[in-house]
Amino acid sequence: MDVDALMLARIQFGFTISFHIIFPAITIGLASYLVVLEACWLKTRDAQYRDLYHFWSRIFSVNFAMGVVSGLVMAYQFGTNWSYFSDFAGGVTGPLLTYEVLTAFFLEAGFLGVMLFGWNRVGPGLHFFATIMVALGTLLSATWILASNSWMQTPAGYEIINGRVVPTDWLAVIFNPSFPYRLAHMGIAAFLATALIVGASAAWHLLRGDRSAPIRKMFQMAMWMLLVVAPLQAVVGDFHGLNTLKHQPAKLAAMEGHWENTPGEGLPLILFGWPDMQAETTRYALEVPRLGSLILTHSWDGQIAGLKEFARADRPNSTVVFWTFRLMVGLGLLMIALAVWAVWAQWRGKLYDHRPLLRFALYMGPSGLVAMLAGWMTTEIGRQPWVVYNIMRTADAVTPHETFEVGLTLALFVIIYFIVFGAGTVYILRLIRKGPEAPDTHTPQEGGPGEPRTPSRPFSAGAETDELAHSPGA
Amino acid sequence: MGIDLALIWAIIILFGILMYVVMDGFDLGIGILYPFFPAKEDRDVMMNTVAPVWDGNETWLVLGGAGLLAAFPLAYSVILHAFTLPLIFMLLGLIFRGVAFEFRYKARDASRHWWDKAFIMGSITATFFQGMTLGAYIDGLRVVNRSYAGGTLDWIAPFSIFTGLGLLVAYGLLGCTWLIFKTEGDLQRRMLGLARPLTLALLGVIVIISIWTPIAHGEIAARWFSFPNLLWFSPVPVLVLVTTWYLLHSLNRDAHAGPFLLTLCLVFLGYSGLGISVWPNIIPPDISIWDASGPAQSQGFTLVGALLIIPLILMYTAWSYYVFRGKVKTGDGYH
Repeated sequence: MDVDALMLARIQFGFTISFHIIFPAITIGLASYLVVLEACWLKTRDAQYRDLYHFWSRIFSVNFAMGVVSGLVMAYQFGTNWSYFSDFAGGVTGPLLTYEVLTAFFLEAGFLGVMLFGWNRVGPGLHFFATIMVALGTLLSATWILASNSWMQTPAGYEIINGRVVPTDWLAVIFNPSFPYRLAHMGIAAFLATALIVGASAAWHLLRGDRSAPIRKMFQMAMWMLLVVAPLQAVVGDFHGLNTLKHQPAKLAAMEGHWENTPGEGLPLILFGWPDMQAETTRYALEVPRLGSLILTHSWDGQIAGLKEFARADRPNSTVVFWTFRLMVGLGLLMIALAVWAVWAQWRGKLYDHRPLLRFALYMGPSGLVAMLAGWMTTEIGRQPWVVYNIMRTADAVTPHETFEVGLTLALFVIIYFIVFGAGTVYILRLIRKGPEAPDTHTPQEGGPGEPRTPSRPFSAGAETDELAHSPGA
Repeated sequence: MGIDLALIWAIIILFGILMYVVMDGFDLGIGILYPFFPAKEDRDVMMNTVAPVWDGNETWLVLGGAGLLAAFPLAYSVILHAFTLPLIFMLLGLIFRGVAFEFRYKARDASRHWWDKAFIMGSITATFFQGMTLGAYIDGLRVVNRSYAGGTLDWIAPFSIFTGLGLLVAYGLLGCTWLIFKTEGDLQRRMLGLARPLTLALLGVIVIISIWTPIAHGEIAARWFSFPNLLWFSPVPVLVLVTTWYLLHSLNRDAHAGPFLLTLCLVFLGYSGLGISVWPNIIPPDISIWDASGPAQSQGFTLVGALLIIPLILMYTAWSYYVFRGKVKTGDGYH
C-alpha cells in the first residue's frame, strides 16, 4: 500500500459519497413535503395540492432511483476499499447499518411502489399511509447512518479487545456525544436544501410569467419553510460547533485557522485568510478582535486549543476545512437573507411579482446542496487523519489494493456517475420545467401505445402523463 | 449462553441472499431477455411487471452485505477485499439497470434506445459478475493473518466464468417464467417458447457444476459422497430432476404461476446444493462461521431487530405484490 493508493481510495470514497448524499437529502426533504401536500389535499380537497403532489412525486421517483443505486455502492465500498476498518469496527458500524436496512430501506422500498404507482389501486387513506411510511423510512435512514458516522467522530460505549472494537453499551454507541447535534444539523439541512429547490423551481415559473395557483402555492410554502429552518439551522449549527470544540478540538482549530494563543488575550475571529500547514500560520488573515472568544467560549477572553498544540501528524488540513466551513456559513447567511426578503415581499403584497427576489430565489436553488457538501467536507476532512477519531488512522483502515486497481475503479466511477447522474439531473430539470399540470388538460389516457403522451409508460412515476383522471375526487 | 448466534446469523444471511437471488433474479432476468424482444410495447410491459417492486428486491442485497458486516466483519472484509473488482463491476451494472427503470420513460423517443441498452448491459453485467464472484467464492480464498492474501485477479478462472454464464441462464429463466406469470397473449406465448430451452440449459448448468465442484475440491467430494451424508443429500439431485420434469411439463399447459414457482424450487435446490458444499465455512475453504464471528454483543443486538422486523418486512412486501397483482397489459397498465 503506497500513499498514492491511499489517496486514490480516499478520493474514491469522497467522490461516491458526495454524489450519493445529494439524493437522499432531497429524498428526505421531498418525502416529508409530499406528506404535507397529500395531507392538505385530503383535508381540503383543493386540487392544487393534488397537482403539486403528483408533480413532486415524479421528481421524487427519479431522484429516489439515483439514491438507491448510488447508495448500494456505499454499502459495499466499506469492504472493498476499507477492509481493515470493517474488520476493526464492523462490530459497531455493521449492526447500525443493518438496522438502517431493516427499519428504513425496506420500509421505503416496500411502500414506494404503492406511493408512486398505487394512486388508483388503493384507497386514499391507504395511499396516504404509504406516503407517510416512505417519509418515515427516509428519516429513520438518516438517523441510523448518522449514528454510525457520529460514532466514528466521537466514539463511545465500546472497548477494544484483541485489536477489535467490541460494543459494550449500545445506547452509548448510538447516542454518542456528537450524534444529536449531527442528526439535527443534517436533518434540517435536508429540509433546507429541498425548500430552496422547490422555491427556485417556483421562481423560475413565476419569472416566466406562469402565475397559476400551484406555482404560487409552492413558492409561498418554500419561503415560509425557509423562514423557519434557515435561522434554526444557524442556531443548531452553533451548538454543533461547540460540541466539536469539546470533543474534536483539533478539527475546530483547523476550521478557524487558529494556530496558537497569545497569553491572556481573547481570540480573534479570522474572517478570511489562508491557513498554511507548512508555515504553521494563517496568512493574510482578516480578523475581528475577540469575536472568536465570544462565539466559541461565550466570553470576552476565553481561549481554545490552537493547532500547534497537536502533533503535526494529528492535524487535519486547515487550508481545506477553513474554506469549506466558510462556504457553508456564507451560504447559510444568504439563505436567511432570502427568507427575510421574502417575508418583506409577502408583507408588501408582492411576493410573486418582485423580480429581484425571484431571481435571487432561483440562483439560490442549488445553494442548500452546496452548503451541505461543504459542511460534510468540513466535518469529514476535519476528522483526519483518523477514520475513527483517536482510535484508528485512515492510513491503517484502507484495503491494501494496488494503485492500478483503485485508479481503474475510480476512473469508472467518475465516468459513469457523470453520465448517469448527469442524465438524471437533466430529466429532473425537464420535469421541473414542465411544471404541475391540471389533469383536465390531459389527452385521454386510453390512447394506448403509439399515441402521443399516453401511458405506454404507466409505471414510471416520472412519466410525463399520469392517471390523474381517475384520482379520488377528480 | 446457550444460543449459537453465529449459526442463527449464518441462517439469516443465507435467507437474505436467497431472497435476493430469487427476487432480483427475475428483475435482472427481464433485462437479460430484453434483446429477444425489440418491440417497444413488449419492453414496456416487461419492465412494468417489476417497476413497482424492483428496488425492494434489490434491498435484500444490501441486507446481505450489512448483515455480513454486522455478524461476520472478518468475512465481510476479506470477501469484499478479494472480490473488489467483480463486485464493483456488478454495482456499476446495477446502477445502469436501476436508473433505466426511470430514465427509459423520461427520455425522448430518439434517445430511449440508450436506456434500453443500459438496462440490457446493466442486467447482464451485474448478473455475470455476481456469478463470477459466486464461482470464485466456491473456489476459495487464501487468507493470511486475517487478511486476503491472494491476487487482484484471482477471481478470474474457468470455473468462475462458467458460474457467471450459469447465473445468466438461471436469472434468464426466472425472468422468463415470471413474465409467463405476469403477461398474456402473444408475449406470454413467446416466453413459453423461450422457457423450454432455458430450463434445459439450467439443468445442464446444475449438472456441470455438480460434477465440476467435487472433482476440483476434495473436501466438497468428501462432503457429498461420504456415508451417511450421501443418504441425507441424495434427495437434492433427485428433486432437481423431478422439478425440472414438472417444469417442462407445466409449460405445455395453460401456464400461469406454475412455471415460475417451479423455477423458484429449482433455484432453491441449486442454492441448497452450493450451501451443502460450502457449509459451515463462511470463507472457503477453511474459515468457519464461528471463526469469523464478530462480537456477541453485536450479533445479539442486531438479532433482536432482525427477528422482529424481518417478518414485518415480508408482510408489507407481500402486500405490495398483492396490490400490483394480475396480468400487465400493453398500454393500459393497472387500471
